[in-house]
Amino acid sequence: MSLQVDVRLSVGSFRLEAAFEVPAVAAAVLGPNGAGKSTLVALLAGLALPSEGTVRLKGELLDDPSSGLHVPARKRSVGVMFQDHLLFPALSARDNAAFGLRADGTSAREARAKAEELLRRFGLGHCLDRKPRDLSGGESARVALARAIIRKPDLLLLDEPLAALDVESRASARRLIAEVLSDFGGVALLVTHEPVEALSLCDRMLILEEGRVTHEGPPDAIRRRPRSRYAASLAGLNLVKGRVARLGDRCLVEGAWGRLIVADPVSPDGSPVADGAPVLATIHPRGIALSLDRPDGSPRNVLPGVVLSVDLYGDRARLDLGTSPPLTVEIAGETLTSLGLREGMNVWATVKATEIEVYGV
Amino acid sequence: MNGGTSFGRIFSVLGLVMLALLVLPVLGLALRAPWTSLAHDIVEPSVLRALGLSLAVSSGAAAFACLFGFPLAWILARGRFRGRHLLRAFVLLPMVFPPVVGGVALFTVFGRRGILGPVLEGLGIDLAFTPAGAVLAAAFIASPFFILSAEAGLASADRRLEGAASTLGASEGMIFRKVTLPALWPSLSAGLALTWARALGEFGATIMFAGNLPGRTQTVPLAVYEMFQEGDDGGAILLSLVLLIVSLAVLLGFRRRAFGR
Repeated sequence: MSLQVDVRLSVGSFRLEAAFEVPAVAAAVLGPNGAGKSTLVALLAGLALPSEGTVRLKGELLDDPSSGLHVPARKRSVGVMFQDHLLFPALSARDNAAFGLRADGTSAREARAKAEELLRRFGLGHCLDRKPRDLSGGESARVALARAIIRKPDLLLLDEPLAALDVESRASARRLIAEVLSDFGGVALLVTHEPVEALSLCDRMLILEEGRVTHEGPPDAIRRRPRSRYAASLAGLNLVKGRVARLGDRCLVEGAWGRLIVADPVSPDGSPVADGAPVLATIHPRGIALSLDRPDGSPRNVLPGVVLSVDLYGDRARLDLGTSPPLTVEIAGETLTSLGLREGMNVWATVKATEIEVYGV
Repeated sequence: MNGGTSFGRIFSVLGLVMLALLVLPVLGLALRAPWTSLAHDIVEPSVLRALGLSLAVSSGAAAFACLFGFPLAWILARGRFRGRHLLRAFVLLPMVFPPVVGGVALFTVFGRRGILGPVLEGLGIDLAFTPAGAVLAAAFIASPFFILSAEAGLASADRRLEGAASTLGASEGMIFRKVTLPALWPSLSAGLALTWARALGEFGATIMFAGNLPGRTQTVPLAVYEMFQEGDDGGAILLSLVLLIVSLAVLLGFRRRAFGR
């Protein structure tokens, strides 16, 4: 039971080149806007054709342009919950939910009875006969979810299912999705740009950037070893790309953005990383100290820069600095007050070498 | 509120002139109608015949527009072929050229000595100066209203709904029945009402192609014309009023269904 995808597809100037495999679990597809998430959904649903490559679900080929194979949407065992739900306006909530069963040839009476049972389970007993225009956002999302799973598909695609909802209905819809996903036996892909949604609902994450899959795996692996600025920002980390350089007994990571003194990195096999080897370095925002005057002392990185923005979160503050490389820093609210930091001020950021984690690309 | 500005005042005066032109003739009909003998005159066999024929002809034209116009609208809205814009221009043509000219044009093709005359004769079909000819003339003039309205509806329909239906296993037929058609219903019924009303009032193409034969091709507008020519002003006014009321009722009825709520 898994989904194996290795496809290439062009839509206008956008190109999707996705290769990944997901076991029968709930996986989040995360990515910035325009990364190709919706294109991927359309492709897996059978609404778009790849120009090359294959899509396999449970070992069965769904797409293989090289042999002219394309299983059309209506012949796939795929359920889709669309971003704006796309309920059929002319049909009641019950008939919307029953639609897939009716299409399969189930009798109207049986299909309606099953749809009604599912909708009641979803807490929609009070609006079975309502048309979509008379449903609230949360109710509409539940009907859309019911409609997508009623045929018990092998692949469930949830395209930004909570994006159209207000904060209140979002929490309860999220709980319902979590419940559905925990019972679901097939592959479920949850497309989202909300890391919290991804972490709370899914066991695995797939990160899509500019049409390519940059990460696939459990969230913890991505948090510890992000491979792109986007993945790092999801984990709340600063990320730079550079090459290893050694100067005397010091080890550096250098890039177009400047250089950072780091603790000498070690390869997974225990050997030292060679000079010139491309690496990624992450810095936790809490591992950076700020001061108004240039600090001195032990070997460490001291970077001057201007405060670009200040955001308060409870008793902590996050600041974006115009240093090179640009850094996001998190400090205690008290520190912010005692230093009197405001946007536009010049500060010094200090990063200890031991606060920088370096790993191979 | 705009009436306070000089601009608003000028527009109010000009707008009233327009309104007067639109409303006064209707008022005139109502004022000059032979109300006293109305109940008696309206059941006159010749009046009922013309009215029945008119209703039949315009309904036939509307049915023709539905049956053949909807597929054409579908092609115009969804087809991706060269010359689509040219095709649309041809569809609009009957709306802009004089119906009398349309009648002559129909004659050159479907008349007994027209281009298709021998073919039709071989099939035993006689169109010119027959009730079927009246339907054809009305359909020719009035169908574009339905086609345009249906095409607009198809163009503005959310096709993603059809995609959603296909992911649920629906066949093309089921998608059309349960998703596409219900969404189109407002534009289709509005188009149907317009076509029906236009066909009901059709005069020029009908008199040229189908003639003015009482009981066969003499629809209400033609009967009004004849009565007026013969000096029967009262009869002409009475029939005009009947036509007005019928078309108004149909338009209102359809519009409520189409744009109701």
